[in-house]
Amino acid sequence: MPELNLTSAPAHIRHGSNIGQPLTRRDGVLKVTGQATYAADNHLPGMLFAVIAVSSIAHGRVVSLDVTAAKRHPGVVDVMTPDHKPQLAIDPEIKTNPFVFRMEALQSNEVRYANQPIAVVIAETLEAATEGAVLLAPRYESLPPLVGLDAGESFVPPVVGVGNPTENHLGDVEAGLASAEKQIDATYETPPQYHNAMEPHAIVVQWDGDRLSVDMPTQGLVLSLARIAELFGIAHDKIHIRSPFLGGGFGSKGLMGGPPVLGIMAAKLVGRPIKLVLRREQMYGPVGHRAPTRQRLRIGADGEGRLTALDHHARTVSSTFDDFYEPAADASHTLYAAPAIRTSHDAVRVNTGTPLFMRAPGEATGSIALESAIDEMAWACGMDPLAFRLKNYAEVEPISGKPFSSKALRACYEQGAARFGWAKRSLQARQMRDDAGLLVGWGMGTATFPALMFQAEARAAIRRDGTGVMEIGAHDMGQGAWTALAQIAADAVGLDIDRVTFKAGTSDLPDAGIAGGSAHTATAGAAIHSAGAAVIAKLADLATGDERSPLFGAGNAGVIARDGRLIRRDDESRGESYAEILARAGVAEVEARGTGAPNPAAMEEYAMHAHGAVFAEVKVDPELGQIRVSRMVGAFAAGRIVNPRMVQSQLFGGMIWGMSFALHEEAITDRRTGRIMNANLGEYHVPVNADVPPLDVITVDEHDPHVNALGIKGVGEIGITGSAGAVANAVWHATGVRVRRFPIRIEDLLTQS
Amino acid sequence: MKQFDYVRPATVAEAVAAAVQPGAAYLAAGTNLLDLMKGGVSRPDRLVDVTHLDGLDAIETLADGSLRIGALVSNADLAHDPVFARSYPAVAEALLSGASAQLRNAATVGGNLLQRTRCAYFYDTASRCNKREAGSGCDARDGENRGHAVLGWSDSCIATHPSDFCVPLVALDAVVEIEGKSGRREIALDELHCLPGNSPERESALEPGDIVVAVRLPPAARGFAAHARYLKVRDRTSYAFAVVSAAAALRIENGKVAEARIALGGVAAKPWRVRAAEDVLRGVAPTADAFQEAAWRALTDAKPSGDNAFKIELARRIVMRALTLAAAGTPARLPALPASPFAATSGAIHA
Repeated sequence: MPELNLTSAPAHIRHGSNIGQPLTRRDGVLKVTGQATYAADNHLPGMLFAVIAVSSIAHGRVVSLDVTAAKRHPGVVDVMTPDHKPQLAIDPEIKTNPFVFRMEALQSNEVRYANQPIAVVIAETLEAATEGAVLLAPRYESLPPLVGLDAGESFVPPVVGVGNPTENHLGDVEAGLASAEKQIDATYETPPQYHNAMEPHAIVVQWDGDRLSVDMPTQGLVLSLARIAELFGIAHDKIHIRSPFLGGGFGSKGLMGGPPVLGIMAAKLVGRPIKLVLRREQMYGPVGHRAPTRQRLRIGADGEGRLTALDHHARTVSSTFDDFYEPAADASHTLYAAPAIRTSHDAVRVNTGTPLFMRAPGEATGSIALESAIDEMAWACGMDPLAFRLKNYAEVEPISGKPFSSKALRACYEQGAARFGWAKRSLQARQMRDDAGLLVGWGMGTATFPALMFQAEARAAIRRDGTGVMEIGAHDMGQGAWTALAQIAADAVGLDIDRVTFKAGTSDLPDAGIAGGSAHTATAGAAIHSAGAAVIAKLADLATGDERSPLFGAGNAGVIARDGRLIRRDDESRGESYAEILARAGVAEVEARGTGAPNPAAMEEYAMHAHGAVFAEVKVDPELGQIRVSRMVGAFAAGRIVNPRMVQSQLFGGMIWGMSFALHEEAITDRRTGRIMNANLGEYHVPVNADVPPLDVITVDEHDPHVNALGIKGVGEIGITGSAGAVANAVWHATGVRVRRFPIRIEDLLTQS
Repeated sequence: MKQFDYVRPATVAEAVAAAVQPGAAYLAAGTNLLDLMKGGVSRPDRLVDVTHLDGLDAIETLADGSLRIGALVSNADLAHDPVFARSYPAVAEALLSGASAQLRNAATVGGNLLQRTRCAYFYDTASRCNKREAGSGCDARDGENRGHAVLGWSDSCIATHPSDFCVPLVALDAVVEIEGKSGRREIALDELHCLPGNSPERESALEPGDIVVAVRLPPAARGFAAHARYLKVRDRTSYAFAVVSAAAALRIENGKVAEARIALGGVAAKPWRVRAAEDVLRGVAPTADAFQEAAWRALTDAKPSGDNAFKIELARRIVMRALTLAAAGTPARLPALPASPFAATSGAIHA
């Protein structure tokens, strides 16, 4: 990989504390000048293009492919099929660990979902490979596909999400409901959704003997490397993956899917470098999606608006060949203090690519249903939705009874409501209009997302010239890791950010874990922090053990690192520079490693979550039913904010996604064929600029001494939660129509005028 | 992708000669055709690139007061032409409510008229589609058809024509100038697009080799400038095709409607002029009751082709609203959100 020339706007350079500064993206200039090299931007000498042919049926098998016609097309070099492909070292159907999902690597002619890869055409040009794929003209033996939430017999999966219990119980829900003064029983539906990262999945790959060189966007360098190693039977140290930039991942680039494996196979088959880039419509199948859900919420409350019971059941789907279950009902574990809670899931199998993690998996789907239901319950109790939420504020995590490691949700409610002007809201729906006569509605939702940690390692070094190095195989998906992690690195080694060479984005660096679960900054940051502390300790050993040093005898605990110097804690006038210490010791550099990992003792003791409160205003045309969000305020408490600018962007993005969830996104599946009929960005709607209103993000101060050494909780996903429900609730408040099937459509609101 | 010949004729006559052979297609901006080719929906053998032809990119006022718009004028240039926007405000509003700024900069007048339906089953080559492959069947009929036609459809095809531009044009009696192998001719825009009947593969009155060279608005079209609006309801605020749209134009004299023009978009395989509804308004005061009556009349023949009955009621309400807006007067400036129900929102973000 060429050296990355990361830059900072000079105005933001500050000596001393790096964490907490709103630095602009250090990769920003590279990106806006087109110098940031994404995977598909790589071109290798002698490279061929591979294009995947996908199935147009959802269930059955391929009975013939016209390989002859494809190979006759000028420029086509080879066609990889189940009968003509390099052998993998292990069957891709074998799940070697819980983070391995089954993929299609041409292991058979069986078709399990529409858009499944069934062949790969390799050619001198992209155009020739594309036409070759058309000329394959597959013929199928088709079986009736399973489509939709009622596709077949439902069953209770063994776990949901990643190892979560399918059911959870607290207290006696039926008794709680029976004793309730007010009850609601409402069913909500959410559609299948696709990640639709701007950057399609892509791989540029080259074999050199048994060595493998890969450019590929990934949210998990080491997980991907391990999967490639086992599939191709080669040692980890023979593989080099570069993933300096991702054009969005959102969970779809976390785990190795079939398409990049096909690229590696193609390169092996023809003995030349290969570029394989998915077409947009091919991203609706083999690279994961958010499963649809149908969620039933039964809630009871007493005469004062206190919850007596909360029962949340979610139906979802998985594929016919693998297991991932959207843990939607788990959203009800943490937010509201009901004495009786039951969450449960069941599922049916359908002919779809396996659903996977998609930004706030479970939390997003569960949140829009729960927040809608809470809103309905507040209305049933005749209470303001915020007052109702405060009445049922959870002082401890309801499902577990554990105290929170920190929880500034009350401040989020207060600050968000004040900024929004919530106090002026009418209790009843369809009461407010603007000057143009449009219906105006205000809604709110509570946001929550667990503060997770994975495992990571980092390597730090201090060099003879007084500069630092921090190495970690971290991932920048656009969230700002190049900047935020470098800020942590700079503080960790007591240097200004421009004095630290920060290396990330390749598989030969220490394992940064996965960029997912909103845990990357916390996990990688913790590793960086501890590596920095370790290297400073080594440097301090050199100084304090040398009688020629002004720090001689100060002892490790008595020394602090600041601005490239070690100084005595008890006398800051006594110290010396890193360069002086290393020069005198005659060493080129000192280095050390550090790790980041969850703290099991703290996790046992505390419930750890980020929180937030989102307030939305929508306008609805009273006769025509068209909806527009006119403003949103989100107040979030997520522990320490490493870079306020990046965090604000993340929260903006999440809030827009929440609006998208409520009003726009839906993969429209033909119920007869299981094919997705809007597999393109023209017809699969996400908000465009004109849909996005002024957004206001407040980050509420929160100090959490338990989550990790840096007190970071993560902000990648929480913005969706709360926001989707806030918009849906605002639509109700504007119109008086409660829509329980998402996204809300024009025709849902035409019933009245 | 399929290999094809690419020719760039120097004159319209050469273009017609090059395009007359089976399998040829004209290429202007390609904002629709290239997508169709990438998806394998269209597989032409020859592209006849007309973008370098002279004389097709002018907007000119003719001696009789007509306006003649060359087929290669871009949507954006036309909409932002001050004389045009002032004289035919509903057309400008429709143009600016379509697609995105980038597409409008590229897309051409002629191409807009001849864009293909956005029916998902037409685009999905694994589906049966009588329009794409005559006689193969229509998978939209029992499929996901919320957005499909409620007027003029047949059991063979329930697709709609997606153009915004054509809707006010057809209301204003636009005329299409066509050059073909037997010379130049002209037809009313209302006669350009065909209803599906039993042959939905035939989409227009054009013969092989025919090229649209200009669109003309007759002198009378200017008479509506003071009371002309386009209204487009869509699933997001911008960059979406109409669920239903309407153009309404009124000539009001002495407090009465001297003449009304109404057309609907997103409801049929062609821009749908509703003369019966126009007749309701002739000579009456522009009142809510009269507009309501016109709106009912406009949809008399409508029937759902699937899961889209709501479009009929929505279309009525849109006609009613468009007439109300037109009666209130054309705004001095085009709204930042053209044709949107949110057009009147202050501080709106531009589409």
